[in-house]
Amino acid sequence: MSRKTTATRQAVVTVAAWTIGFLIFFPILWTIILSFKSEGDAIKAPLDVLTSTWSLESYHEVQERSNYLKHFWNSVVLSLGSTLLALLIAIPAAWSMAFVPGKRTKDLLMWMLSTKMMPAVGVLVPMYLMFRDFGLLDTRIGLVVVLTLINLPIVVWMLYTYFKEIPGEILEAARMDGANLRSEILYILTPMAVPGIASTLLLNVILAWNEAFWTLQLTTSNAAPLTQFIASYSSPEGLFYAKLSAASTMAIAPILILGWFSQKQLVRGLTFGAVK
Amino acid sequence: MATEHSRTAARLMVSPAVILLFLWMIVPLGMTIYFSFLRYNLLMPGMESWTGFDNYYYFITQHAFWDALVNTLLLVGGVLVITVVGGVALALLLDQPFKGQGIVRVMVIAPFFVMPTVSALVWKNMFMNPVNGMFAHIAKAFGLQPFDFLSHAPLASIILIVAWSWLPFATLILLTALQSLDREQMEAAEMDGASWLNRFIYLTVPHLTRSITVVVLIQTIFLLSVFAEILVTTNGGPGTASTNLPYLVYAQSLLNYDVGGGSAGGIIAVILANIVAIFLMRMIGKNLET
Amino acid sequence: MNMTLRAMLGATVSLTLAGAALAETTITVATVNNGDMIRMQGLMDAFNAKHPDIKVEWVTLEENVLRQKVTTDIATKGGQFDVMTIGTYEAPIWGKQGWLVSLNDLPADYDVDDLLPAIRGGLTVDGNLVAAPFYGESSMVMYRTDLMEKAGLTMPDAPSWDFIREAAEKMTDKAGEVYGICLRGKAGWGENMAFLTAMSNSFGAKWFDMDWKPQFDQQPWKDTLTFYLDLMNNYGPPGASNNGFNENLALFQQGKCGMWIDATVAASFVTNPKDSTVADKVGFALAPDKGLGKRGNWLWAWNLAIPAGTQKEEAAKTFVAWATSKDYLALVAEKEGWANVPPGTRTSLYANPEYQKVPFAKMTLDSINAADPTHPTVDEVPYVGVQFVAIPEFQGLGTAVGQMFSAALAGSTSAEDALAQAQAMVTTEMTRSGYIK
Repeated sequence: MSRKTTATRQAVVTVAAWTIGFLIFFPILWTIILSFKSEGDAIKAPLDVLTSTWSLESYHEVQERSNYLKHFWNSVVLSLGSTLLALLIAIPAAWSMAFVPGKRTKDLLMWMLSTKMMPAVGVLVPMYLMFRDFGLLDTRIGLVVVLTLINLPIVVWMLYTYFKEIPGEILEAARMDGANLRSEILYILTPMAVPGIASTLLLNVILAWNEAFWTLQLTTSNAAPLTQFIASYSSPEGLFYAKLSAASTMAIAPILILGWFSQKQLVRGLTFGAVK
Repeated sequence: MATEHSRTAARLMVSPAVILLFLWMIVPLGMTIYFSFLRYNLLMPGMESWTGFDNYYYFITQHAFWDALVNTLLLVGGVLVITVVGGVALALLLDQPFKGQGIVRVMVIAPFFVMPTVSALVWKNMFMNPVNGMFAHIAKAFGLQPFDFLSHAPLASIILIVAWSWLPFATLILLTALQSLDREQMEAAEMDGASWLNRFIYLTVPHLTRSITVVVLIQTIFLLSVFAEILVTTNGGPGTASTNLPYLVYAQSLLNYDVGGGSAGGIIAVILANIVAIFLMRMIGKNLET
Repeated sequence: MNMTLRAMLGATVSLTLAGAALAETTITVATVNNGDMIRMQGLMDAFNAKHPDIKVEWVTLEENVLRQKVTTDIATKGGQFDVMTIGTYEAPIWGKQGWLVSLNDLPADYDVDDLLPAIRGGLTVDGNLVAAPFYGESSMVMYRTDLMEKAGLTMPDAPSWDFIREAAEKMTDKAGEVYGICLRGKAGWGENMAFLTAMSNSFGAKWFDMDWKPQFDQQPWKDTLTFYLDLMNNYGPPGASNNGFNENLALFQQGKCGMWIDATVAASFVTNPKDSTVADKVGFALAPDKGLGKRGNWLWAWNLAIPAGTQKEEAAKTFVAWATSKDYLALVAEKEGWANVPPGTRTSLYANPEYQKVPFAKMTLDSINAADPTHPTVDEVPYVGVQFVAIPEFQGLGTAVGQMFSAALAGSTSAEDALAQAQAMVTTEMTRSGYIK
């Protein structure tokens, strides 16, 4: 009896989970399917779409029209560069906040987070003027700086919550053994913090990859990442579903694959200190 | 525990982040505050003149402002409700043993990796379009009149799109938390004859509170500034039905090219966001206290 | 650990520092992702063969993104682009600001006098040509010849609004999903307001009088909006308040519209048998009038302009002259056929017997010639522009008013209320902007 209910229950759970998972994933799947259709077929009813011929036409067209590799490479440099820079600044900050907390540490953290609430559009013109004056328009370095600053609060916070879970006694023990501050961070803390750092890194690569306001506004061609590549495939004239699907697939595929492969690492540190 | 020495070191280590963020906040913000007191149209440079609080007055008194305020809150609230409730449910489901767990989990988290512009374009065109979209085709197959989502339920449609992107995030965090739940305690309760509902209310929910708090906090930060999804799908319309504050600021500064008015709107948005933030931190700070 | 971390970071930083070195003659061209522009990018070999010293870097964007980017850049003198694709709305405003390089000194074989006068007029500021037209369009009536015949009517070449109404009534067959008329209803200064403003011109309405006072409280605007709403509510498709160009195109191609008044560029889509089920049953006529001397058609062109202050003015001019030349039209005709030539810019194109064989060529030309951006309305007005008012504020105003009229079409407000709201809103904005003293 009991075994039977478990079996039934597992069947129900399996069906439910697969159905829901499929529904959530469906928009992405459908986009991928449409990208292998011709423009004329892509607007047909779903069943007709599935039975129509498959083709690489849209990919050819997208490839001909835009320099995917350039945009892709810019996305890689921007997201990775900004994340590493943010980690470099955030690790010491988060360390000291976690292990030498002051009265104002919490407030400081919250203030950092609140800088993320400034609506980007509101400061576009000042930013554009500053970028112009510093010669940073359409440069990767300029965008790396902006993306770093945008994500810094989240990075600090994620690391802070992770570091806080590292027991202080270990550090004290190390200190007794005569470890100085530097070796304390390097040899004791860092290894313990690697999973947290890894998932922070992943989350921020994703956030930076998908940032679509500044990357679109402050670049033209040299530093333009995939967000700009997408901006040329929605058209007010004529059919565009297949081309848009192909471009979308190309834009999200790299990060999707990275995300899938690293989901274990991503999840491990994604607790923001909420799990004890 | 900290010595004077390590305290100084700590200050030194925390200062780059603080200084950078401070500059990042104060320089554009300072310029924005300055612009917000100017009559400054982007297309008429050299005509800037001091107007005092006029820009603020116009921004607040336009009828779109109050709509935008309400829409902003509805959008944040709506997405939070969907993602938290959906996330808990989904996390509970995925926490069960079943065949193909890995694949299902991969499918569920996928939307989080899709950039907002792409997800908005995909939903708008391939799904919600009343002529060629998937939903329209389905409606027609059943002999129904296709529903025009983006003109008849614009805000709800945008909430749906945004919630789709954030549901995986909530699910992931909640699932991680759920997996750290004490199995033995759970089993003991089951032995004692506690019903599923009771176990859920008295064991699972309290255990998830902190994670839910974190989800709410992080998502709120991102949701307050939702912009790309609106720009791509409805342009804030019809009327002001889907205009939120960031979009209103955008319309003011880049459709009307009224940098002064847009800056004033930006400052107002910052103030409001901070009010929400303080409110939130109060609420959550307590929850996160260890 | 330390060393590797540092090396990794160093590598990233230097990677990001190593921006592409600028070749002396690389020009950056910002353009919209419409078919004609995309086609040009495929034909760049011809340009490179002629001018091997100039390399063209394309930045292709969707219309709204493009407009916002180039406007921000030119207004702040960001200097990101050497050639910008701009509309007839921007050209006079930017020209007046002195932001655009005068194109009066293009080489003689450019033959500036060959440009269609209506288009050229809209791009000339104080005697300077500030942008070179790449393609131009107007709007016209596209109708189903079979349905017209069934209704027992004959579409004149230059119909009146009353005839359109009568025809719409007779062609409508709601049970058979045929709607007499499809018109734009989606809010936006380039969407429903492009149509309604052009339509209002033929009703004798105007946005502003000579003192910049909004005129929405006047009878001609009431007539325009009432007529439009009556037409759409009785003979239009359902859900019209969200129909823009693309939606109406789909409806017409599927045979659901008797008539459609929209951009001339649509003609090539509705007559293309690959996408259109009614390709061989489409007729064309001029946009309707009310007997007041103005027709309800607009005038638009996408143009190439050079921002003042670019370091590469000469190369940019060479490119602009090539892209908008007669030779380029001939090149497209040779490679892609006459029907794909960018239309609406040159008189000589329409004199070409080959091009005259294209079914919609004549009506496109007549429509363009029937619009006069410098005198758009029945009464005198202080502004330039047929379906827009060439002042910086119009984009915002047009969109806001468009939303009010769209709401009226959806039935959530009445025509009177929509007009009263528009009047109040525009008056406030114009007062604030200092037009109304």
